[in-house]
Amino acid sequence: MIKLTVNGKKKSFAGAPFKRLLDALREDFALTGTKEGCGEGECGACTVLLDGKPVNSCLIPVCQAEGAKIETVESLGTPEKLSKLQAGFLACGGAQCGICTPGMLMTAHAHIRTKGKCDDRSVRTALAGNLCRCTGYQDIVKSVIKAAKK
Amino acid sequence: MSVGKNEPRRDGPAKLTGRAQYLDDLAIPDCWHGVTVRSTVPHGRIKSISYDPAFPWSECVVVTAKDIPGQNVVTLIEPDQPLLADGLVRHREEAVVLIAHADRATAYEAARRVKIEYEALPPVFDMEKSDKTFKSFTITRGDLDAGFAAADVVVEGEYRTPSQEQAYIENNAIAAYEENGVLIITGSLQCPYYVLKAMKKIFDRDETKIRIVQTVTGGGFGGKEEYPSMIAGHAALLSLKAGRPVKIVYDRHEDMVATTKRHPAIARHRTALTKDGKLLAQDIEVIMDGGAYTTLSAVVLSRGTLHAAGVYECPNVRVRSRVVMTHTPPNGAFRGFGAPQTLFAAELHWEKIADVLKIDSLTLRRRNIFKLGSTTATGQTLLESVGAEECLEKSVKSSGYVAKRKEYDRWNKNAKNKTWKGIGLAVCHHGAGFTGSGEVYLASRAGVALTKTGELIVLAASTEIGQGTNTMFAQVASDALGVPASWFTVETPDTHKVPDSGPTVASRTCMIVGGLVSRATKDLKRAFEAEYGRVPKTPADLKKAAAVLCRTSPARRFEVQFEKPADVTWDDATYKGDAYGVYSYAAIVVDLEIDKVTYEVRVNKVTTAQDIGKAINPLLAEGQIIGGSTQGLGWALLEEPIFKDGVMINGTFTNYVIPTSLDTPPFQVILVEKPYSRGPFGAKGVGELPMDIPGPAVAAAVKHATGRLIPTLPHTPERIAKALS
Repeated sequence: MIKLTVNGKKKSFAGAPFKRLLDALREDFALTGTKEGCGEGECGACTVLLDGKPVNSCLIPVCQAEGAKIETVESLGTPEKLSKLQAGFLACGGAQCGICTPGMLMTAHAHIRTKGKCDDRSVRTALAGNLCRCTGYQDIVKSVIKAAKK
Repeated sequence: MSVGKNEPRRDGPAKLTGRAQYLDDLAIPDCWHGVTVRSTVPHGRIKSISYDPAFPWSECVVVTAKDIPGQNVVTLIEPDQPLLADGLVRHREEAVVLIAHADRATAYEAARRVKIEYEALPPVFDMEKSDKTFKSFTITRGDLDAGFAAADVVVEGEYRTPSQEQAYIENNAIAAYEENGVLIITGSLQCPYYVLKAMKKIFDRDETKIRIVQTVTGGGFGGKEEYPSMIAGHAALLSLKAGRPVKIVYDRHEDMVATTKRHPAIARHRTALTKDGKLLAQDIEVIMDGGAYTTLSAVVLSRGTLHAAGVYECPNVRVRSRVVMTHTPPNGAFRGFGAPQTLFAAELHWEKIADVLKIDSLTLRRRNIFKLGSTTATGQTLLESVGAEECLEKSVKSSGYVAKRKEYDRWNKNAKNKTWKGIGLAVCHHGAGFTGSGEVYLASRAGVALTKTGELIVLAASTEIGQGTNTMFAQVASDALGVPASWFTVETPDTHKVPDSGPTVASRTCMIVGGLVSRATKDLKRAFEAEYGRVPKTPADLKKAAAVLCRTSPARRFEVQFEKPADVTWDDATYKGDAYGVYSYAAIVVDLEIDKVTYEVRVNKVTTAQDIGKAINPLLAEGQIIGGSTQGLGWALLEEPIFKDGVMINGTFTNYVIPTSLDTPPFQVILVEKPYSRGPFGAKGVGELPMDIPGPAVAAAVKHATGRLIPTLPHTPERIAKALS
């Protein structure tokens, strides 16, 4: 039995220990906000936070999350009450088709929490592992900077 | 007024919270996983299909071409593409056998236990050696020979562009199941009515027994225009045989190697000019690689052909084009749809002409560019909404193009600098909507509904795939009625609920379908005025008005159909006349530098002015422009599907590289709004335009930086190194 915390709730997982964390979240915990884009750690669509750090959940076996704190997009705001970061994306055009958005948000969320620099260069560097094919990134970067300023 | 304002994206809150349900997020009870066994030869006869006896096949459902109840064809333009190869395979990764199993991993394992033996046949991979032409076109204007006879100079050039993968981040995904005798197909797709048309033939059913429903779609860019019909057919065959829902969700590699891409192309120009750079004649030849089946190739070639002469007035023109068959997976729709290929040649050719005439390419463009009243190669006179010159001048001015040309010339002369710098320019037009006759054949319909309880619903088959369709429709409808945008919802594209608005392609959703929505809403407005005395002013007033208008039915629908404007004439046989109802225009300036050691290109700034008639929602429009330009930069600098023996061998994001946040420069976008009298609130198309010309602008900038014109994309460090060696 693997024990972990997902979005603040204690969870246990009894399936195959090498199941991808991505699949455990989506199939066993019904958290489908985390998306699969490539399955090989290149696109970042499946980014979740493991003990506060962004990871590609398609590359992490669930057993590696034993005792860890996992945060997914579902831990941010709700449609009725968006988080500052989500509201920033809505205001600045940071989401188009939306499939990269949960991963993008989690990476940005972790970056803002580090309280480091939040200028164009540092945000672009932080997000370099999250591919977006729709936006050309400029509005995503603006969204993150706007949210960090508030 | 809502039009012109940055109304927040309708689908934003659901997407930003992970609540939006893409196909693979849906909890479909008792759903099995479908997988595809694909051909391993580019051309061959199937000798046998065998199934490993050690595998428990009774747990699976297996489908081959024999299980198809109707015709084994994916209907689109020509009936040449089978849903499942039967006897003969004509490209690698062609679907031959389908398998469904309750467990996804076991389904994949089963696929590995199928053995297909082939008798190999000779393949053709080189488009110039193909002896099968799917479609050809010729455009002629004036007297070509007379034009060349009068020339002071003649400049020739050959330009090549590669394939490109759409690389939407959500892979293709479709589910199928039967409910009360109706075959329901749902998934990630751009064109529900295309899927419906294909399914009718495959399953020999009419539209009442088939229902296509779009799910939230994670990007399309043309890649989900025609291929979803293939996957839908596969999922439905498996589902009907299994007697339960089946979903097919491609993984990234399968999606990249098996599905459609941009057509690789060669374009050759022979251009006659006066010594001061006035165009006298253009003789242009275009070849595109269609892959193994026709799919949309004829239409892609048409658009490529119609844009091949560029955005310039020339009295004598000949464009000859053809798209040919090769034994590679079929190429298909990708944002720009043939135009980026031919515009790459048309625009970069100016740099070559500039060298010959010793006149810079900006001056040459200024002397020839389309103006109000100009006539195109097809004989179309541009009577309104011509923003080409304004786009050019605004891009040049805002980017500091002229000063930077000189500044970088000085920089590049200093051998101590570690980089070369360059700034390049390109201009284009992009026909919005289908061609002159295409929209007439489509005869699209859209509408609005008012329910008895006061709901206002936009009815259209145009899909939201990230571009902001639903937000834009609500803005257009609300302004046509004169009520807040929040009063309108937009129906899910579902062939049992919405009329056929035509496909979500060709930059036509806002201009054509938005125009229909606007017209239909005005019918509703007249009904309010006639039957209720006024357009309702408050939500409570709307409820009262709805009760009056819907006194005899639960809802009222107001639908309209596309009508051919009387003065638009187009002849498909001669390719003469008004090729498109109107054109959008763009100019782009790319400012870059190249590392002298590694030849890596860093784009430092992009400035672009785009004439889209009217930005219904400026934030969304700019999102299209920046996103489309970024795909263009990817095609120009990074992206190149590498084919070996007829299959893409770099079919993963590890070795097929698309731009990241660090590869992408800051963009300055200037919206130019030259209203189009027939577009809703003046709007023209925006979706494809931004993809058209980053390629030639990058190549022109690389030429400025290095002195070398490289006539082939992408400009990878390897290609630049080779050109400079």
